[in-house]
Amino acid sequence: MTVTEERVRRPQAPGAAGPRPDDDRRGALRRAVGRNLTAYGFLCGALICFALFSWYPMVREVFLSFQENNFVDPPRWVGFDNFRTVIEDPAFRSAWVNTAAFSGLALVIGYAVPFVLAVVLNELRHAKAYLRFVVYLPVMLPPAVAVLLFKWFYDPGAGLFNQVLDGFGIPPLSWLDSTSTALVSLVLVSTWMNLGTGTLIYLAALQSVPGDLYESAELDGAGLFRRVWHVTIPQTKLILLVMLLLQVVATMQVFIEPYLLTGGGPENATVTVAYLMYQYAFNFGDFGGGGALGLMLMVVLLVLSAIYLRVSRKAER
Amino acid sequence: MRTTRRGLSLLLAAGLGLVAASCGSDDKPDAQGSAGADGPVTITVGCQPPKSNPKERSAWDADVAEFQKLHPNITIQSKDAFPCINPDTFQAKLAGGTQEDVFYVYYTDVQKIIKARQAADISEYVGSVKAAGDIRDDVMSVFKDGDTTYGLPRNNYNMGLVYNRTLFTQAGLDPDAPPKTWSEVRAAAQKIAGLGAGYVGFGEYSAGNTGGWHFAASLYARGGSMVSDDGRTAAFNSAEGKAVLENLKQMRWDDNSMGSKQLLQWEDLMRMMGSGRLGMMIGAPDVVQSVNNDFQGKFEDYGVAAVPESEGKASLSGGDGYMFNPKATPDKIRAGLLWLEFHELTPGKGQFDYARAKEQGRPVGLPIPDLYGDSAPGKEIVALRKQYATVPVDHFAPYVAAQSTITNKLEPPKAQELYAVLDVAMSAVLTRKDADIDKLLSDAESKANKILAKNT
Repeated sequence: MTVTEERVRRPQAPGAAGPRPDDDRRGALRRAVGRNLTAYGFLCGALICFALFSWYPMVREVFLSFQENNFVDPPRWVGFDNFRTVIEDPAFRSAWVNTAAFSGLALVIGYAVPFVLAVVLNELRHAKAYLRFVVYLPVMLPPAVAVLLFKWFYDPGAGLFNQVLDGFGIPPLSWLDSTSTALVSLVLVSTWMNLGTGTLIYLAALQSVPGDLYESAELDGAGLFRRVWHVTIPQTKLILLVMLLLQVVATMQVFIEPYLLTGGGPENATVTVAYLMYQYAFNFGDFGGGGALGLMLMVVLLVLSAIYLRVSRKAER
Repeated sequence: MRTTRRGLSLLLAAGLGLVAASCGSDDKPDAQGSAGADGPVTITVGCQPPKSNPKERSAWDADVAEFQKLHPNITIQSKDAFPCINPDTFQAKLAGGTQEDVFYVYYTDVQKIIKARQAADISEYVGSVKAAGDIRDDVMSVFKDGDTTYGLPRNNYNMGLVYNRTLFTQAGLDPDAPPKTWSEVRAAAQKIAGLGAGYVGFGEYSAGNTGGWHFAASLYARGGSMVSDDGRTAAFNSAEGKAVLENLKQMRWDDNSMGSKQLLQWEDLMRMMGSGRLGMMIGAPDVVQSVNNDFQGKFEDYGVAAVPESEGKASLSGGDGYMFNPKATPDKIRAGLLWLEFHELTPGKGQFDYARAKEQGRPVGLPIPDLYGDSAPGKEIVALRKQYATVPVDHFAPYVAAQSTITNKLEPPKAQELYAVLDVAMSAVLTRKDADIDKLLSDAESKANKILAKNT
């Protein structure tokens, strides 16, 4: 039994002399800090980086959303005026509908494709490393370059996609220029840009599935699809759930695709919440409005993240 | 558990620190350079040409050296950037305290900056700039709010019709007789588009707020207005506004002379014009300059005329200039005005040193900037331009000839917001054959009225 433990256990009469609990705590803290000085040093570096580049902007954004701020005079508190302004904007509804539609389509297209690719890659016996590299290649391209590449692919005249359609005798599509295809076209770009990361994560998860489970399934006469359904999916459920929610959080913040490819058009068909936020803050010079939109988006994402945490904890148990 | 709590309290303390920091920005005026009128003063000035443009940069640096010799108590710290202003960073620079004392600005943003009180009032000092009295009233009005002055212009022009003379010749059109009416534009565009796949007769913007900007340009040229005289309501849902959209719709879908790719933004049309596949577009002579400098075009291939049917009416004005940091001290403002007078407003000096520009092999002869109209400095600049011309000035003759009958008209209040609203109408007629123009204009009008009502 240590001295400290003895002190803690021994009852003391009120007002009796002896070391106070505060002194104990301070001493323990000093020792703990001394023992882990290097770790605290590293922690400080990370904390400073997070504070400067993540927490400070977030806190500032919350403040801005309730202020009228020209960055010259002291900011003026305006309550919920900025929120009222953006909610009354006709583009507000379009932005949320488009963002939800983008996320939904990205789930249908962008969520399934990397998983299927990972399953196929996992089944391959040859050229696995090469194909993994090819699948990951788009991730290495700067997003602006990848998006501009698709701008050429989507060109209604000389674009690659319409040339291919023409080769099959299919009439050309307007892609980005049509309200019915513009958003889907953006989802395709986004999927292509990001599928490498998703595929690699799924692949890592698949490789951790014990091989004897597949062997048993095969002995039971299960084909490829039944093996995927009864072995792969249950064994990778946690990763699938995590990726699902991370994807929703990421796609709700879509900005670069509409910004570079469509400028929000045609007819606001690709205006997203993040794009509208950019319009308010930088084009209209209304940081209050931009902040209000950002805060609304943050709340929605927080709710989704809370669901994600709950689901992943449940799955862990 | 205790560790978690301690960690949380640390995080809380850090968070509170951040909150305090976010609330406690330093709003004190910059003390640097606050010496007396005759004391040393240092000013930062934006829009020094970038290193990638060595000729213009060396000319700028030489001007700074000459100016500092003339005014030994003033030090100019040049800040380069390309483009000179990026709206994305304007607010951030202001918030971060890195905005130049004398900062560059486009006309489009001037009134927004004034309304947001993000520029210094220079009314008290601008009287010392002799050249300011000769600047055209409509140009000076860009930088004014009532009787208060907030800046000085550097460039001024109005919208015209930029066309590719080489394509005109190839299509059997006379490049010396550019279209004067929209029906002539339509006929010319059809002939150019008929040259083959990839040729576009007439190009137009419809995304990133540029569509609304060009809608305003076409509307003004037809005699229409974006807003009512008091600026409180939208006025573009008119016969002129309808004509703008009808004309584009016909060119796009009946004539098929506008190409299939739409949602074009600024750089798209520049690239198309530079590639020699675009026949015509709405634009000022500065378009030719950009196409020549940055998009592989050649001066001799292009011409500029007045906007069709604008005779006796108005044209949307454009340009740029300088404003002052709201935290700049009086001495800095005085020093900045001396620099602007020297570099931007004196015939034969700075931007108007055409002799040097010719010597450096830079283009001389474009009919811009037009800061002074027919006043004495204006005539002097025109004469110098003619004397040292290196580009075919005849190619801009139709534009210059029309200037005497065209009134420059300023952009509307809440310009960017209104342009964003009108992008919808522009993109609709250019991407949808069945676009209902009446409904588009009516929807845009009600949205614009809400925007205009907010701050009026």
